[in-house]
Amino acid sequence: MTEENVWESEGLTAEEYEMITAGLGRRPNRTELGMFGVMWSEHCSYKNSLAVLRNFPTEGDRVLQGPGENAGIIDIGDGQAVSFKIESHNHPSAIEPYQGAATGVGGIIRDIFTMGARPIALLDSLRFGELADEHVRYLFEEVVAGIAGYGNSIGVPTVAGETFFSPSYRGNPLVNAMCVGLMDQQDISTATARGIGNPVMVVGAATGRDGIQGASFASDELTEESEEDRPAVQVGDPFMEKLLLEASLELIKTGALVGIQDMGAAGLISSSSEMASRGNSGIEMDIDLVPKREEGMTPYEVLLSESQERMLVVPRRGKEELVKEIFKKWGLNAAVIGKVTADGKIRVYNQEEPAAEVPVRLLVDDAPVYQREGRRPGYLDELQEFSSRDFLAERKKNRSGTDYNQELEKLLTSANLAAKSSIYEQYDHMVQLNTVILPGSDAAVLRIKGKNKGLALTVDCNGRYCYLDPEGGAEIAVAEAARNLVCSGAEPLAVTDGLNFGNPMNPEVFWQFEKAAAGITRACQQLNTPVTGGNVSFYNESPVGAIYPTPIIGMVGLLEDLNQSTDQYFKDEGDLIVLLGETGAELGGSEYLKVVHDRVSGKIPELDFAREKAVQNLCLKAIKQGLVKSAHDCAEGGLAVALFESCSGNSRGARVAFETELLPEELLFSESQSRIIISLAEENLAEFSELADESQAGYQIIGRVQGRTLRINSLIEVEIEELKAKWQAALPAMIN
Amino acid sequence: MKFAVITFPGSNCDRDVCHVTGEVLQVTTEMLRHDVRQDLTDYDTVILPGGFSYGDYLRSGAIARFSPIMEDVINYAEVGGPVLGICNGFQILLEAGLLPGAMKVNDSVKFVCRQVKITVENSEIAFTGSLTRGETLQMPVAHQEGNYYIDPVGLEELEANNQVVFRYLNQKENPNGSLADIAGICNQEKNVLGLMPHPERASEKILGSEDGKKIFASLLDYLSSREES
Repeated sequence: MTEENVWESEGLTAEEYEMITAGLGRRPNRTELGMFGVMWSEHCSYKNSLAVLRNFPTEGDRVLQGPGENAGIIDIGDGQAVSFKIESHNHPSAIEPYQGAATGVGGIIRDIFTMGARPIALLDSLRFGELADEHVRYLFEEVVAGIAGYGNSIGVPTVAGETFFSPSYRGNPLVNAMCVGLMDQQDISTATARGIGNPVMVVGAATGRDGIQGASFASDELTEESEEDRPAVQVGDPFMEKLLLEASLELIKTGALVGIQDMGAAGLISSSSEMASRGNSGIEMDIDLVPKREEGMTPYEVLLSESQERMLVVPRRGKEELVKEIFKKWGLNAAVIGKVTADGKIRVYNQEEPAAEVPVRLLVDDAPVYQREGRRPGYLDELQEFSSRDFLAERKKNRSGTDYNQELEKLLTSANLAAKSSIYEQYDHMVQLNTVILPGSDAAVLRIKGKNKGLALTVDCNGRYCYLDPEGGAEIAVAEAARNLVCSGAEPLAVTDGLNFGNPMNPEVFWQFEKAAAGITRACQQLNTPVTGGNVSFYNESPVGAIYPTPIIGMVGLLEDLNQSTDQYFKDEGDLIVLLGETGAELGGSEYLKVVHDRVSGKIPELDFAREKAVQNLCLKAIKQGLVKSAHDCAEGGLAVALFESCSGNSRGARVAFETELLPEELLFSESQSRIIISLAEENLAEFSELADESQAGYQIIGRVQGRTLRINSLIEVEIEELKAKWQAALPAMIN
Repeated sequence: MKFAVITFPGSNCDRDVCHVTGEVLQVTTEMLRHDVRQDLTDYDTVILPGGFSYGDYLRSGAIARFSPIMEDVINYAEVGGPVLGICNGFQILLEAGLLPGAMKVNDSVKFVCRQVKITVENSEIAFTGSLTRGETLQMPVAHQEGNYYIDPVGLEELEANNQVVFRYLNQKENPNGSLADIAGICNQEKNVLGLMPHPERASEKILGSEDGKKIFASLLDYLSSREES
């Protein structure tokens, strides 16, 4: 490195270095340059995504806190609120999967209790390459163990999630964790530094050299050499965080705080400058006063360290001893390191020697915002032209007598559709005594103690759809998340988005990003579910290329009456099975094409918002009237897979007969959107029909819960118990 | 009547137990800190809850057993006070020597959280008096170190003294590979019970099972009859 390109080691461009020099009126010193390097990284500044994210609908009657804080907050009535957010930890998990995933969980939990909420649930959305690859198996097992290790220990149940496998994620797994917290509205806290002279304190763990430049590391592509970046991955201590959680919530309850902020990415420098930015203030601090666990750390290292389980708090003047007392009780550090100032600057000293002085505005608010160039990828035309009907006709010519039982079994024992119990049984999904609907159904349902209401939670995204059509795929992700909640008996309220993409400097990747964001915007407007926060993760590339665009949607819904919570499993012999919505010839992008024919192509299913809303409204109305015994979103794998899933829970059979013009493959495996399979007692049919006839949803009585086998027309006849055993054994068999 | 629930640093089922004993069963329940010595004889039962005390670093329960309050728990047990250890609480009781044997990591080497069926092997202690021998209960487990082990002589003694209180229904239901499918044991005096399954997670209909409540209900029956006599 020469004197001239000193900025490169901090991940900055020559133009950005010029901006910094002009803004400061001088060249930055090494420490200051490091501060800009992390604060102007994509991870902290959203410089490549902000222009696009601004279009999201972020307001609504229930939104108490939209994007811009540690997490969003929504009003759930009775003076209570829910705080929730999703965050990625992809690159750390690629390099050091156990710790990467564990600290991802730790980070998102901190974001939630920072807002004043007690974390009550975790969800995870995971993407890996294919399990035939030994390294992928290692990543998969370690990531799951890391999530379990952290979440189980700290005592926050992991109640829902999704895991999807595709070669596109081989070198770059996605690990997105969502946390949901519950609070009284009076305890809402913000990450603000206000009140000249108020002390600034570091609380929690001591600071070491771990995770330095983690934010910059997250804002670059993974390369062959990335494995050598292990020091950029932090190490988590859930025990420490459990103490920090209890101490922080106790402190928040005292009312002594002005502001509190998690020290996550870019550690002390980002937490202090962001708090000052929100408070229109400055902060002066001496890094010598920061409790450290290593000798001889430079200001650069202390400011950029991403040591876990730390918070920055600004109490009112005179409350320093109270803060120390509470943290001491929990065996934790609390040290005054500086104070809030009026001059809008971050001023850093080391043993009273000036080390850095930077205007907050320049560091945080004036970070560059780029409108990157987008270009429709060349691959799309050919992929979208593919006609599954022509393909199936061709296949028919060449062979006779397809065994659809076998094809269904093949689907159910493929990695994406196989039972995920071997994953979620490693997570404590019951601690805190709130989990009413356990993992495995459309959405998790949690009760709220002392009230007769509940929350429904889900995460959803189909990256393959988004690869074939980012805008349509993102719309479907939102619609399906909402449908999952509705099937559980909840009204969808709000969204957090985990946007995972490749390198935004690549115009084709940026086009995917723009289109996916447009899809989220449209769907959230249509379904009235504002975005209250989220996370952008770019540079998810590896030597094999960019990942599938993967905009993960986390959604929270409210059940006004907990007795309405509904799972996806058939209950009683003789109940009627009704399909809401319509099935079309829509195999493009389906699991069927991928698993049975090894094809990723075609037009993805259409999403008609009018029908989607009609189906959701009808389902929710019927649930609220007490007519529905089970409800299940008909999604990946199509009708046959969804029926099997509904049969599996209580080991019920079903006899389904269906009049249709569709080809057998289309009937069984088409992934047409806006469909829900419900079951109901025959005596409720009249009342249901009345509701349904008023609706534009479209519905069809397709069969009955009956016996121990699943029969669909003359195409499928399978023993549920037998297939269930294979379905449950499939994923563990791929690991061992 | 009054219960004590001990909170160690890293306990995470302490609030859950309090919810069940306090809200569901309506027994006055106090949470006591690990680091404050306390005369426990005022309490009718002492419960060591589940969780990851001290992060389960070193070995589960190995550090918690040195907490100041554990001396009081030992004294309390010695004078016949009912002590219930659930999951991590069971592990702490083993480490503290209030129960014999030790825990190994699960056979699968993985954490396991799921519903299991257990049978009642001894229905004559304070915690099981209202149950019947051979009765099957369903409740969740959630642990990584629940693989109970004791040497052959110890096992023989346990069996001979009827100290095996709960067993997993069969090998298939056994989630951790424990010796003789042991899910819960008591001491020779029968006033200290440790078990891996979580009865507090199966004490309300809304959560899927009320079988765990039967254990608490037995305890309450025992305590009220003791008060009457």
